[in-house]
Amino acid sequence: VFDATNTTRERRETIYKFGEENGYKTFFVESICVDPEVIAANIVQVKLGSPDYVDCSNDEATEDFMKRIECYKNSYETLDETLDKDLSYIKIMDVGRSYLVNRVMDHIQSRIVYYLMNIHVTPRSIYLCRHGESELNLKGRIGGDPGLSVRGKEFAKSLAQFINEQNIKDLKVWTSQMKRTIQTAEALGVPYEQWKVLNEIDAGVCEEMTYEEIQENYPLEFALRDQDKYRYRYPKGESYEDLVQRLEPVIMELERQENVLVICHQAVMRCLLAYFLDKPAEQLPYLKCPLHTVLKLTPVAYGCKVESIFLNVEAVNTHRDKPE
Amino acid sequence: LANSPTVIVMVGLPARGKTYISKKLTRYLNWIGVPTKVFNVGEYRREAVKHYSSYDFFRPDNEEAMKVRRQCALAALRDVKLYLTEEAGQIAVFDATNTTRERRGMILNFAKENGFKVFFIESVCNDPTVVATNVMEVKLSSPDYRDCNSTDAMEDFMKRINCYQASYQPLDPDDYDRELSLIKVIDVGRRFLVNRVQDHIQSRIVYYLMNIHVQPRTIYLCRHGESEFNLKGKIGGDSGLSNRGKKFALALNKFVEEQNLKDLKVWTSQLKRTIQTAEALQLPYEQWKALNEIDAGVCEEMTYEEIREQHPEEFALRDQDKYYYRYPSGESYQDLVQRLEPVIMELERQENVLVICHQAVMRCLLAYFLDKSADEMPYLKCPLHTVLKLTPVAYGCRVESVSLNIEAVNTHRERPEVSVAFPQSHPLIS
Repeated sequence: VFDATNTTRERRETIYKFGEENGYKTFFVESICVDPEVIAANIVQVKLGSPDYVDCSNDEATEDFMKRIECYKNSYETLDETLDKDLSYIKIMDVGRSYLVNRVMDHIQSRIVYYLMNIHVTPRSIYLCRHGESELNLKGRIGGDPGLSVRGKEFAKSLAQFINEQNIKDLKVWTSQMKRTIQTAEALGVPYEQWKVLNEIDAGVCEEMTYEEIQENYPLEFALRDQDKYRYRYPKGESYEDLVQRLEPVIMELERQENVLVICHQAVMRCLLAYFLDKPAEQLPYLKCPLHTVLKLTPVAYGCKVESIFLNVEAVNTHRDKPE
Repeated sequence: LANSPTVIVMVGLPARGKTYISKKLTRYLNWIGVPTKVFNVGEYRREAVKHYSSYDFFRPDNEEAMKVRRQCALAALRDVKLYLTEEAGQIAVFDATNTTRERRGMILNFAKENGFKVFFIESVCNDPTVVATNVMEVKLSSPDYRDCNSTDAMEDFMKRINCYQASYQPLDPDDYDRELSLIKVIDVGRRFLVNRVQDHIQSRIVYYLMNIHVQPRTIYLCRHGESEFNLKGKIGGDSGLSNRGKKFALALNKFVEEQNLKDLKVWTSQLKRTIQTAEALQLPYEQWKALNEIDAGVCEEMTYEEIREQHPEEFALRDQDKYYYRYPSGESYQDLVQRLEPVIMELERQENVLVICHQAVMRCLLAYFLDKSADEMPYLKCPLHTVLKLTPVAYGCRVESVSLNIEAVNTHRERPEVSVAFPQSHPLIS
């Protein structure tokens, strides 16, 4: 992703030729916005904190930056319907109010366009947590479709209290189609939507076993999983890689939504968290997502602020660190 | 307002693909589970005016005809309202030219009065070759021209288009129509203008419209060759091909060669039996986990007799509602549709493709192409060793069934005529 102003046709032609010479496809993403409020907000969010302005006051920095923008205006040649008709591009107008899409060439460009058309910048928070502790959690067994333990039910009540205290406007609540997330959501007393794709990773032949039983009955599989936890697929089950593919529509809809609470499962939560915190595949299966802990994600600047809130109800620890 | 029904309003001159888009989009939305129906004002007009004489009917100075046409639009809107408020419809596609601001204003008022959302789809195309092709594909055979020869029909239709030109006010998202939710499709998908997408379904509609194309191509659907489990009457599992299944793979290879296709893509599932089938083709192929057979959960690798013995209630429930029924720890046809949606989307983007899959999966894909309902889908006939060749034509899909002449077991179970007797007070009947 070549991130610069690229505001002149001449500069873009240089880049396009570079692409051609090297056998790369080129896709342009233009952002047009003349709303002074949006621009001012952007400057405050990401420019004042820039290394360029480390020795400046906010007012000085803003004034300088506005003059910087002016320097580009005269030579700005926006992508043109006629002059640029053979290029592949998307023009985003007014932070996503409208779009112009020209000559999408392939699958990935189509996915890029779809993604750009679904994201927004309205402030909001995403809350991620797991179901309350389950009966199988207590027994150290993975998978299955058990109900909540006594402590799990307590957590559900604490979650309801926590949500009330947060005073969130129009909160959407999503669960999987497994009992333990549904029972957790029931305690909230608000409508919730069940997504099958939020179901926990399918452990195939290892479903409902303890890790000890897996090590005994499937020692080879057990070792293979520790070697490459992201790509390893349980026999007749799934891998984290499979999970990411099935969670993509959830991510897309999370992007469209505003305030959402997702009550899900350990592996699922790790995948979603990795997306928001930009964690690579190797780290994803080892992200810490303990029971009875809510992660509050708030978009800020170029990333995501994350607050971890333990709701003070004891639970077993289901986390296995990466083996040395 | 989150779950308000939506009226999709088509906009464009005649022969711009409005009905094509309307029907295709409706087929897609119904397949993914959103009840959608097309309301084509031309059909209402044909009901009202039994015999079409000539383009004179469409002249802007033909006051009589203008009255009739307006009445037809209103009648169609009345049916839109019925469908969305009383017939559990979620989306109504209002398929007419809707080329004036006045007409669109009338529709916006109608929607506002009834609490419906509105999404406009405009098709703009000035390439005379495209327009002529459209006229040939779908207009010459229209009931309007049943008593005409092709040349006369073409000439009349071009004059018909002309009647709309002077009053055509294209959507103007930069100014007059800046508050409307709309997509402008320009030159059959070369370019799109999208304004104010309001919700999830509009976003999906835009994504779909941006992925479809009209290039001629063929889609081939078939199942893996007969498997060892097929021979034993067992469902699911991950068995390899039987001897006859291997023969089928070779026959498939020969069939594909004879088709003499430019650039055929081959897709399989990640189960052995489809991969082994593809291996015989000596062509590169792509494996999709999403194409795996329906997961029969606790019933995996059982025969139907074993299921009937060991899970009699499940067996009965499945026969009662085969589309929505989910095997315990497994999947339903409804789940299959959700997981196959990216496959459909990519099939729309592609050109010539051969999909080697499984019975339930093939039924789902076929139901999409042939616009079969959820009720019919689980009973579509997809026998082993038979290739279905689908070619888009006019508003639909031509299907040729080619049996490759290798014997195989029959895995098809018909819809049971009489449902299993259950006492009315049985706890599973709610």
